[in-house]
Amino acid sequence: MTHLSSYQTRILGSRVLLLPGLLLSLVLLIGCLLWSITLGAADITPQVVYAALFDFDEAEFDHVIIQTVRLPRVIAGVIVGAALAVAGAIMQGLTRNPLADSGLLGINAGAAFAVVLVVYLLGTPSLSVYAIAALIGAGLAAAFVYGIGAFGGATPLRLTLAGVILTAFVSSLTTAILIQDQETLDRIRFWTAGSLGGRDFAIITQTAPLIAVGLVGALLISRQITTISLGEDVAKGLGQDTLRIKLIAAALVVMLAGGAVALAGPIGFVGLVIPHIARFIAGVDYRWIIPYSAVLGGILVTLADVAARVVLRPLELPVGVMMALVGAPFFIYLARWKVKR
Amino acid sequence: MIQAENLSLGYDSGANIIHQLTLTLTPGHITALVGPNGCGKSTLLRGLSRLLKPAHGAVYLDGQDIHAMKAKDLARQLGILPQAPTAPEGLTVHELVAQGRYPHQNWFQQWSGDDERIVAEALEQTNLTLFADRPVDTLSGGQRQRAWIAMALAQQTNVLLLDEPTTYLDLAHQIDVLDLLAELNEQGRTIVMVLHDLNQAARYADTIVALRGGQIVAQGTPDQVITSENILQVFGLDADVIVDPVTGTPLCVPIGRRGGRNKKAAASINGKVKTVIPA
Ligand SMILES: Nc1ncnc2c1ncn2[C@@H]1O[C@H](COP(=O)(O)OP(=O)(O)O)[C@@H](O)[C@H]1O
Ligand SMILES: [Mg+2]
Repeated sequence: MTHLSSYQTRILGSRVLLLPGLLLSLVLLIGCLLWSITLGAADITPQVVYAALFDFDEAEFDHVIIQTVRLPRVIAGVIVGAALAVAGAIMQGLTRNPLADSGLLGINAGAAFAVVLVVYLLGTPSLSVYAIAALIGAGLAAAFVYGIGAFGGATPLRLTLAGVILTAFVSSLTTAILIQDQETLDRIRFWTAGSLGGRDFAIITQTAPLIAVGLVGALLISRQITTISLGEDVAKGLGQDTLRIKLIAAALVVMLAGGAVALAGPIGFVGLVIPHIARFIAGVDYRWIIPYSAVLGGILVTLADVAARVVLRPLELPVGVMMALVGAPFFIYLARWKVKR
Repeated sequence: MIQAENLSLGYDSGANIIHQLTLTLTPGHITALVGPNGCGKSTLLRGLSRLLKPAHGAVYLDGQDIHAMKAKDLARQLGILPQAPTAPEGLTVHELVAQGRYPHQNWFQQWSGDDERIVAEALEQTNLTLFADRPVDTLSGGQRQRAWIAMALAQQTNVLLLDEPTTYLDLAHQIDVLDLLAELNEQGRTIVMVLHDLNQAARYADTIVALRGGQIVAQGTPDQVITSENILQVFGLDADVIVDPVTGTPLCVPIGRRGGRNKKAAASINGKVKTVIPA
């Protein structure tokens, strides 16, 4: 059957390669994390990183830096990358929209606005309030975009347009608050562009459980997502309660995107780019797309954060800016060649 | 057996499309739904399969209201192929057909050897075994339609509803798909399909149901339904109905505005045809 293999559209054409491929990606992710930890204002050798992680000595300055600054930073990066990528994968599968992404559809912006609003109104709220605000903002934005975009049929372009409009509107509100309130601005300026700098374990422990639930939930409904990706009528004909799956999936997306925004601000394009790469590697089965997206999303955000810290050293860019540099051309590619009109 | 009783169907946005329709679909038959564009054929098929909730009335499968059944229970007895379904890019034929096993699976019972065997049989029956690893979007239109039918076969239902399974196919592939459906029917499946071509409907269906404006205008055997009067009433079209020289079923020959153009030639051909076919 060799003459048929030229139609292969994924790198791992054989199912037996999928698990080894996933494990390999995981190893790659860990490599990226360790590399990222060595980089910073002062580079630290891998030996010292190893010692700081497995033989911590609080008298060593580098050890303390690693444990309190760099480790939380890379962990936050992995969590955020996984959350945004999986949220994008769910949305793309559910809507059959190659442009679906919590960033493009305005969900990240909605969550970010809610957080800024809360900081503006309450000063310095407790960390759990951030997460709750982000969740509510993400939920309202998702409902709004779906409501507007689905008016007369939720085509990819309609949804994306609704998301763009919401993002523009909400972002200008966010800016308005920040401009007239210097104090709020100083506290979260970097965060509003999407940043992993200054994340500590306290905020991670507030958001990680939310994201963990989102990731596990995504795995649990991954088979259903594959079925609904054939189209809603086909899925219903196969006996799926599509309304229930869509509601569960929407709740998971809100948890993942809201949690990610609470942790690192609105980082765009991860959820757009990664699911396409995951499909390119592993095919169209969401039981594999979802774990691959999680791992690859972690890798992408980690690498983007490395670049954000390295390109203008000693200045540091928000990781969200780096992601946009990668993501925008990819978006153009998708919009030009992958969206059926 | 499927029965629709006083069935009215519509979309959220407006008035009912199907009005007070009562219909019994004979088990083991191929039933063809015919009618002009927009008369509600797709809407009726969606109502018969639970893709659309009735505004009034009900649909019964072996006496049970389909809307009172569990979704998966219904999906094990009744399969539906919507009009022109599209597979996600890169989905292979095998992966598509495997989705047909969805209603037979649950949390505790995922993919089994039985499932694999049933999928292999469905591929075999639709002549797609060699194409199992091909992405559906790289197939020809006819192969693609067979792949979707294979998915419905893997669902192992007694009843199969299909919306325009031959549209967009060339003539040879239309006949290929219809022959496949006839074969599946001979194995005992009840088939209900929307067809545009009256002559194909006459050839392949045991029963034809003609719709207009969301109501049944005529139903019965092809001989009963495909008549000049019915065609005029349903489609607003003048047509002669003659005997299909191959199958003996009625053959609709539209007259149209230009039908009178070549009356002489028509007369001489008519004469020949009449002498060829024994009464
Ligand atoms: N999703 C929908 N929402 C609203 N109206 C619809 C929808 N689908 C079809 N219709 C309307 O219902 C009528 C019947 O359509 P349909 O059942 O698709 O006809 P057919 O299949 O016989 O061509 C048409 O007037 C069409 O405009
Ligand atoms: Mg139709």
